[in-house]
Amino acid sequence: MNRSQRPMYRFTSHSFYIDLPLLGLLLLMISFGLIILYSASNQNLSMVLRQGGRLIFALGIMVVFSCIPPHKYKLWTPWIFSVGLLLLIAVMVMGKIGKGAQRWLDLGLFRFQPSEIMKLAVPMMAAWYVDRKPFPISFKTLIITAFIIFIPGILIAKQPDLGTALIVIASGLCVIFLAGIRFRVILATLVSIGLAAPLLWHVMHDYQKQRIITLLNPEQDPLGTGYHIIQSKIAIGSGGAFGKGWLLGSQSHLNFLPEHATDFIFAVSSEEFGFVGGVLLIVLIVLISLRCLYIARHAQTGFTRLLAASLAMTFFLSAFINIGMVMGILPVVGIPLPLVSYGGTAMVTFLASFGILMSISSHRILFNNIE
Amino acid sequence: MRLMPPPKNKLVESQRHYFRLSLLVTMLIIFSLILVLRLAYLQFSQYKRYATLSLKNQMSILPISPPRGIILDRNGVILADNIPVYVLEITPERVKNLPETIQRLRTLLPSITEEDVENFHHAQRQNHAYVPLPFKLKLTQEEVAVFAINQYQFPGISIKARLMRYYPLAEKTAHVLGYVSRINEQELKSVSSTNYRATNFIGKAGIEKYYEDKLHGQVGYQQIETDVSGRAVRVLSKQAPVSGEKIYLTIDSRLQTIAYEAMKDKRGAVVAINVKNGDILAMLSSPSYDPNLFVNGIGRDDYNALSNAHDRPLFNRAVRGLYPPASTIKPYVALAGLEKGVVTIDTKIYDPGWYRLPQIKHVYHDWKRTGHGVTNVSRAIMVSCDTYFFQLGNKLGILSIEDMLKQFGFGSLTQVDLVEEASGIVPSPHWKRQTKGVAWYPGDTLITSIGQGFMLASPLQLANAVAGLSQHGQRFRPHLIDRAVRNVDKTVFYKPHEERPVQLSNSGYWNIVTDAMQAVIDNNEGTGYRFGRNAPYKVAGKTGTAQVFGGAQYEKKRHSEIPEALRDHSLFIGFAPVDNPDIAIAVLVENDVVAASVARQVMDAYFEMKGKK
Repeated sequence: MNRSQRPMYRFTSHSFYIDLPLLGLLLLMISFGLIILYSASNQNLSMVLRQGGRLIFALGIMVVFSCIPPHKYKLWTPWIFSVGLLLLIAVMVMGKIGKGAQRWLDLGLFRFQPSEIMKLAVPMMAAWYVDRKPFPISFKTLIITAFIIFIPGILIAKQPDLGTALIVIASGLCVIFLAGIRFRVILATLVSIGLAAPLLWHVMHDYQKQRIITLLNPEQDPLGTGYHIIQSKIAIGSGGAFGKGWLLGSQSHLNFLPEHATDFIFAVSSEEFGFVGGVLLIVLIVLISLRCLYIARHAQTGFTRLLAASLAMTFFLSAFINIGMVMGILPVVGIPLPLVSYGGTAMVTFLASFGILMSISSHRILFNNIE
Repeated sequence: MRLMPPPKNKLVESQRHYFRLSLLVTMLIIFSLILVLRLAYLQFSQYKRYATLSLKNQMSILPISPPRGIILDRNGVILADNIPVYVLEITPERVKNLPETIQRLRTLLPSITEEDVENFHHAQRQNHAYVPLPFKLKLTQEEVAVFAINQYQFPGISIKARLMRYYPLAEKTAHVLGYVSRINEQELKSVSSTNYRATNFIGKAGIEKYYEDKLHGQVGYQQIETDVSGRAVRVLSKQAPVSGEKIYLTIDSRLQTIAYEAMKDKRGAVVAINVKNGDILAMLSSPSYDPNLFVNGIGRDDYNALSNAHDRPLFNRAVRGLYPPASTIKPYVALAGLEKGVVTIDTKIYDPGWYRLPQIKHVYHDWKRTGHGVTNVSRAIMVSCDTYFFQLGNKLGILSIEDMLKQFGFGSLTQVDLVEEASGIVPSPHWKRQTKGVAWYPGDTLITSIGQGFMLASPLQLANAVAGLSQHGQRFRPHLIDRAVRNVDKTVFYKPHEERPVQLSNSGYWNIVTDAMQAVIDNNEGTGYRFGRNAPYKVAGKTGTAQVFGGAQYEKKRHSEIPEALRDHSLFIGFAPVDNPDIAIAVLVENDVVAASVARQVMDAYFEMKGKK
């Protein structure tokens, strides 16, 4: 391999590989998130500062990830995936020993959730594998890709962390979709899922079953599991067009709304800023997702295109599932609202994925068909 | 070695990717529209419903208990008051180590009992942890000071002033006033649950129970904003409670006190009534108890001691105690005889000291074995001649006696404003068949006409009957309430309630009986010698001696040789002044002879006070 064979890259700025439109949108959403968090935490400034600290750390990660050229990601993908899978298994084994739900791996300095790695590793691995095979995706490739997606997916669901498992599986399915899976295969799969649903019902944990029952009829158990959804709908509905005003949301400030700083933070924003605030958030989410899909559209290799689109959809679907559950149209599955909900782990993962997206958008190969 | 994947048709691949990407964009837009539509549905079309639910979530109504109306005597002397007491309160949520803290508190304030701790734990199970709960009631000034110095060691524990019912005259007015105590489940069911939301105490006996509605008042409300655990965040609006009505009783506390002192260490009852309107001036039952013990939950030992006491201090003898009226019945039987024309003032009999019904072997003895000699109706009342009344009763027949006694209110409730009242018994053939299942014997009539046998009456009935007698048949319903004051200035006076009067065909009959009753007191032969012949006012009265135990073994013995519980009860009824009566009295002393002298003390006090006025 001589020097001329290595891809050449163009810098978007002098020393950084930042996608400015995406950065602008992200900063808007993050700022909005901090404003809501200040209210949702009952004006707990130290909580907001802690979240701010995490944000700065996560933004740092994003910058670092954006500097790594895409072909390095492609090179590392099998390794990242393998390590992630091993860690998942390790967590599961430790969970067995510790008798109970186990999502964390205590590394001494900090606690670490391997399922978060998989949010990045599964789309990377799926894109890596599919990209090696001819287009459109063959049946054999499809089956192997399905294993790549569902082995970690099921391991995460077993933790049990249904929300993350869903996101991980969705991100992988995105890759398969882009890889040209035929519509009749999609149809056949949907039909067989419909037939297998009763079987799935048997495998689910009681609390997962309960969540689906509660979703269908929250009033059935207003003080138990239905309580979350009822209170969240009251918070959103009572916000009206323009909301009750910042810091004036009674549902969250008087603690009627559970988890109002984390999973249910969208309800706080809708209560205090009304329809206007809710739509603003949704528009921001859509713009960020579209910008990421735009990056995917202009990605120069198959791997980066598949990866970028998959990461974009991961972000969008996380937000969609979160808002859908808060508004009572999807089951309560415990997915935080990206960039807004209180908590550090998911924040780091998402900004890391935006870092990868920026890397894809900024490290452009000067000569397209270098080979 | 090939580093790159095998070449593919890059252009086709990219274009297929682009098509799929545009499908993803479409899906993304549709999903977002679903979210926006759902948001619009919740925030526009369901806005009203959720806004109401949100308000309902945060508003809460907190009741404020009204101060209970105070009770005064006819002259404005306070009989039942609300006084601030110091209560030690614990807010469990704010105490870190509760058992250890309680232990330290008990060493600091040794008066805390095991029962206090038990009650606190009981209340703790029924309340949220943030609700302050009473731990030790009625702290003394000294204890307040001791705790205040050490308060810094006890976070979550504080001293609060609370209003508590207090009865300044204690034992003297116990049976009239009754007492308040903690409301129980059953009582809560019988009252308006809204009005009693904040109330802890309810009248359990006496006036406190009878006038519970008036005394309680109207509950007030505070509308507060609450958080999810019900803790108050701020007050939004407030409606002050309306305090209970202030009740003035007809009781004169001075007379009540005199009666109490006169009856000290005796068992029995005193009832003094204003004959012109039925005002009860004094009503005493002895022995008595301290109602203050009940207010904040009487201790188990105290309660057992009171309720199991041999002489039953909790029992209101004045309205609930039923006794044979004995010779105090004779004036009414005499009236019946005169009215029916069975006897006249001139009808005389010879009393040999006994009487025997024709064809019946049993001999009915006069209380005086030697007899009273020649006796007419007046003398028969004066000397309380049993033989005369045996004969009169026999001629009258039980139905005429029953009729006259019932007209004077015997055998039925007087409807006094107390819940404890008992109706007593006026026997008749009908009554006997119903309750005993046996026929009426002529002998029953004889003993009924001297007030023994089946007949039973309460001291209140005795007083009320003699009040009617003094008014020549005009009768009033006895009552304890004089006036009630609502909202500081709206006074409602009790209107005397006139009962059906006793009407005689010849009003002269009244004078025959009252003259004879005056002779009881001031004639040398009269039985009322214990009242004293020297009263500065003219009194008409009648004594009575109710046999507790009839038996030959004690007949010959002297009074002091008979066991106390088996000695006769003494009774006295009377009114004064004879010419224009205004007070009637009935006294009953169990197992003692002093009824008349107790009556004398009360009447003396009454006229002394009247003279001063």
